[in-house]
Amino acid sequence: MAVIKKKSTFLAIFWRQFSRNRMALAGGMLVVFFTVIAILAPFLAPHDPRTPNIRNRMQPPSEEHLLGTDALGRDMLSRTIHGARISLLIAVLAVALSITIGILLGSLAGYYGGLFDSLLMRFVDLVLSFPTLYLLITLVALVGPSIFMLVLVMGGLGWTGTARIVRAEFLRLREQEFSEAARAIGAGNLRIMFRHLLPNAMAPIIVATTLGVPGVILGESALSFLGLGVLPPEMSWGTLVNAGLPFFRTAWWLPIFPGLAIFLCVLGFNFLGDGLRDALDPRLKR
Amino acid sequence: MSSEKILLEVRGLKKYFPVRAGILRRVVAQVKAVDGVDMYIKERETLGLVGESGCGKTTAGRSILRLLEPTAGEVLFRSKKLAEAGGEYMEVDVAAAPRKLLKSLRRDMQIIFQDPYSSLNPRMTVGAIVGEPLLVHGISQGREREERVRELLGSVGLKPDHMQRYPHEFSGGQRQRIGVARALALDPQLVVADEPVSALDVSIQAQVLNLLESLQEEFGLTYLFVAHDLSVVKHISDRVAVMYLGRIVELAETEALFSNPKHPYTEALMSAVPVPDPDYNVERILLAGDVPSPVNPPSGCYFHPRCRYRKEVCETDSPTYRDLGGEHFVTCHFADTLNLQPVRTI
Repeated sequence: MAVIKKKSTFLAIFWRQFSRNRMALAGGMLVVFFTVIAILAPFLAPHDPRTPNIRNRMQPPSEEHLLGTDALGRDMLSRTIHGARISLLIAVLAVALSITIGILLGSLAGYYGGLFDSLLMRFVDLVLSFPTLYLLITLVALVGPSIFMLVLVMGGLGWTGTARIVRAEFLRLREQEFSEAARAIGAGNLRIMFRHLLPNAMAPIIVATTLGVPGVILGESALSFLGLGVLPPEMSWGTLVNAGLPFFRTAWWLPIFPGLAIFLCVLGFNFLGDGLRDALDPRLKR
Repeated sequence: MSSEKILLEVRGLKKYFPVRAGILRRVVAQVKAVDGVDMYIKERETLGLVGESGCGKTTAGRSILRLLEPTAGEVLFRSKKLAEAGGEYMEVDVAAAPRKLLKSLRRDMQIIFQDPYSSLNPRMTVGAIVGEPLLVHGISQGREREERVRELLGSVGLKPDHMQRYPHEFSGGQRQRIGVARALALDPQLVVADEPVSALDVSIQAQVLNLLESLQEEFGLTYLFVAHDLSVVKHISDRVAVMYLGRIVELAETEALFSNPKHPYTEALMSAVPVPDPDYNVERILLAGDVPSPVNPPSGCYFHPRCRYRKEVCETDSPTYRDLGGEHFVTCHFADTLNLQPVRTI
């Protein structure tokens, strides 16, 4: 008789749950795929994305140019590959910023409660009651479009959801006896917050992070599409769609392929996020 | 077992929780969870604290340790560690101790929790949990700390190589042992045991109780043992305090309390103890009604609405907490004259 030893470490349980979910696995693969492309862009791109070649302009997809060429004869595959870099870089930085702010403010509000908590949560309600895109457009129009400003504005607006989640987790966890036990042995507030409570709140934070990325990618694309985000000659997926759209009738490949990249990447992150949520946080299961 | 030196003295301890309502969160009432508790605990003894759910016994234990801020009262503690230089004891009021002093007092006063599941951080290894007190107080580092943790695990009956594991890999009884090891890490004088066995299987309860007793011998511990199970309390306590609605109604040596109860509530509580003898017919005293709300306790004696011996004076005058002689404290107007029935066996 074979004895199957089932590992019961946290990671093992998580992996068993997660790997059962095919959509999540597919999503994870898409995310890995796009991440690798973004990191290795200069090595993967078959042509220089910035060198014009007027003689070759507006070529439909062919063997030489798999995704065709644009109005200046630049290789669309190379441009889309390099676009992944900027789009994902902005997404990762903005999400990192918003998660950091969200964790800090959410922990303080949940742990200390009181006036700070009330004020912060009302402010969160206020921010969430604005339509995000209009707010983004207004702010970016005020500070001027640049990659740095995009990260700052989207990161600075995106923390509210995380703050709410972290606060709710802290409210729950601080009533658990182990946080009282920590106080009883003389641990300080910071130690209790970041050594005891935060590690136990990581599951929803990881999920919020993963689900936050597609939001930023879409936001950045929308802004770039409107000419308020990444400006040429820098290229993100949004700018590529924007640049290609006027030629939609004559050269469909110009807006379609970067658009498809946005679509698949967002889809990948969403599936991955949903899968992580189901595996990490059984309470949120439908 | 106990010496006559007093380790901890509690005077007029109160803990009120405000009840807030309305948009302005105004305080509309106070839950008087602990409403004037006086008691002392002698060195190396076990003082049992009993009462039904909601009587404030847990709150009292936590207020003594200042895990909850007491509303009023003094908690005088004679610390050995604080006075180590002088060799004498140093008496401090825990309830008024500033932050820094309170942290050093944590080395002397520890707690064992009721729930062995929620009292251990699921994301920390057993070694990290038991070693954390040493880390927080900067007592030992690296190899030395690891050695100490091994030693502690050994003294609570766990294996040293359990250090690397996580709490969820252990049973309830084992987890409670981990909690005990954590409480002992700082070599405390006083341990508040907050219903340490009531979440465990009966078969495991005895093991943990025996462990607590042998640890008391070994390390010279003093216990404040909070529980609602009278047979457990009788087994482990040198003296027992009975709480009702935030006050101590009776406090006496275990033998005296069980054989010669002086407060009608104690009598009723005792009569509810199940006796493992099918032929034994006891007259159970059924208390009418529920425990009154601690938000709005009855006038006079808090127990009078449910007391079968009540007289007029009980409705208007609050009885004082007094010593009947021989350290038998009671809060009842008629403690001298009532003839109450003892418990036959537990």
